[in-house]
Amino acid sequence: MKKVIMGNHALSYGAMLSRSQVISAYPITPQTQVVELLSEMCADGKLDAQFIKVESEHSAMASCIGASVAGARTFTATSSQGLALMHEMLHWAGGGRHPVVMGNINRSMAPGWSIWADQNDSLSQRDTGWMQFYCSSNQEVVDTVIQAFKVAEALMIPAMVILDAFALSHTYEVVDVPDQALVDRYLPPFKPAIKLTTDDPRAFGGLTGAEHYMELRYRLEKDMEKAPALIEETGREYGKLFGRDLGLVDPYLCDDAEFIFVTSGTAGYTARVAVDELRKSGVKAGNLRIKVFRPFPFDRVREVLGRVKKAAVVDRNCSYGAGGIFYQEVKSASYGRPGMPPLFGYIAGLGGRDITTDSFKEVAAHALSKDRPDEEIVWIGVKK
Amino acid sequence: MRPKKAKKIVFKSAEEMPLMICSVGHQTHNLTGAWRNIRPEIDLGKCIKCGICWKFCPEPSIEVVDEWPVVDYDYCKGCGICAEECPAKCIVMVEERR
Repeated sequence: MKKVIMGNHALSYGAMLSRSQVISAYPITPQTQVVELLSEMCADGKLDAQFIKVESEHSAMASCIGASVAGARTFTATSSQGLALMHEMLHWAGGGRHPVVMGNINRSMAPGWSIWADQNDSLSQRDTGWMQFYCSSNQEVVDTVIQAFKVAEALMIPAMVILDAFALSHTYEVVDVPDQALVDRYLPPFKPAIKLTTDDPRAFGGLTGAEHYMELRYRLEKDMEKAPALIEETGREYGKLFGRDLGLVDPYLCDDAEFIFVTSGTAGYTARVAVDELRKSGVKAGNLRIKVFRPFPFDRVREVLGRVKKAAVVDRNCSYGAGGIFYQEVKSASYGRPGMPPLFGYIAGLGGRDITTDSFKEVAAHALSKDRPDEEIVWIGVKK
Repeated sequence: MRPKKAKKIVFKSAEEMPLMICSVGHQTHNLTGAWRNIRPEIDLGKCIKCGICWKFCPEPSIEVVDEWPVVDYDYCKGCGICAEECPAKCIVMVEERR
């Protein structure tokens, strides 16, 4: 059924269709409508879930972890400072192998106080053992939540479904809301091999000596390495049922491109318009939108990079002292491989500043005027 | 001396370990009595069989057998709540010998 809904409600519909059993969340702008709608769905009986109101995001994630250990399919959502407050519990969910699915609205970190989009909140959590999916449309948000549960529960690794503040969270788009019966066929009930039960009492997350800790982390990494293939496999399966394939990356006109943008989030769709305009002016441009950041899709990125002459990575984030975070990952993907193009790094759109087609044309003009990058970061649209 | 009943388990490979970090086997194998520094001793001559120690023991490691309280030293952590709450003052906490 087609509906016109905002990005936040796309997360709520994804959680409802996935038959989440426990939802625990604390409101924060710009995430609030996600849990508002979910609490309505619970109150109206559309969703048979326990809705837990908590006093902080730390407690929200803690209660999600508890529910997940007890064998419940568990969902939450947060943003920015809320995600930062969860940080300790994110490690707990990742390291403890609890497949919670969480929506995160990309909002800039304070100070200065900001409610507008950039990616530093979620990218600061990249080493917590969570998968991260960066979405670019409301349709992709609904579809990705459902897929995220399937992948998370198969690997016992939690997953974040991430969307830009306002540019997606509060933007209304037409969404084909999947049919519940088909979702049920795609996503069977969550049945963990080990769970907290009075029939088999166990303590979870206890003291782990040096003789075992490393093996647990080795298994987490090995299972994370299985995720790219599983995301593609379950993405094709999703395509068969719903007509929309879900992949690790989303290349646009990359087959014959000589110059590509590498992007993520909503800027990834703006870049497509810029590519169309650049092609009209004779530049063989393309766009590689990276959807999955953890696990990083090294193979898919290398495949596209190997076909082009130059690539410009546009980051809506900054690791201070090292530059754009996607830029670092793309550089590491290309390192030591033959036939890789020069890579240029740009930072744009921090704190909700718009990334427009003109921003991408400025990036293209800069990258095309040089043979090799001569600075680590080029700032786009900053008042110097 | 308390007997050491707990046995340390060391896995030989990552694959044989449980995926989730959890106690191996039943939690009742975890003999928490080994944590105890002081032990409760009940003077049954003064006991009034009120059941308050049984009711308050958080472990729970006081059982009532034929109406009389019996401490399960395999699990008693020596917290002393029973001695504190006993209205007849028939429970004393005695230092463990090591």
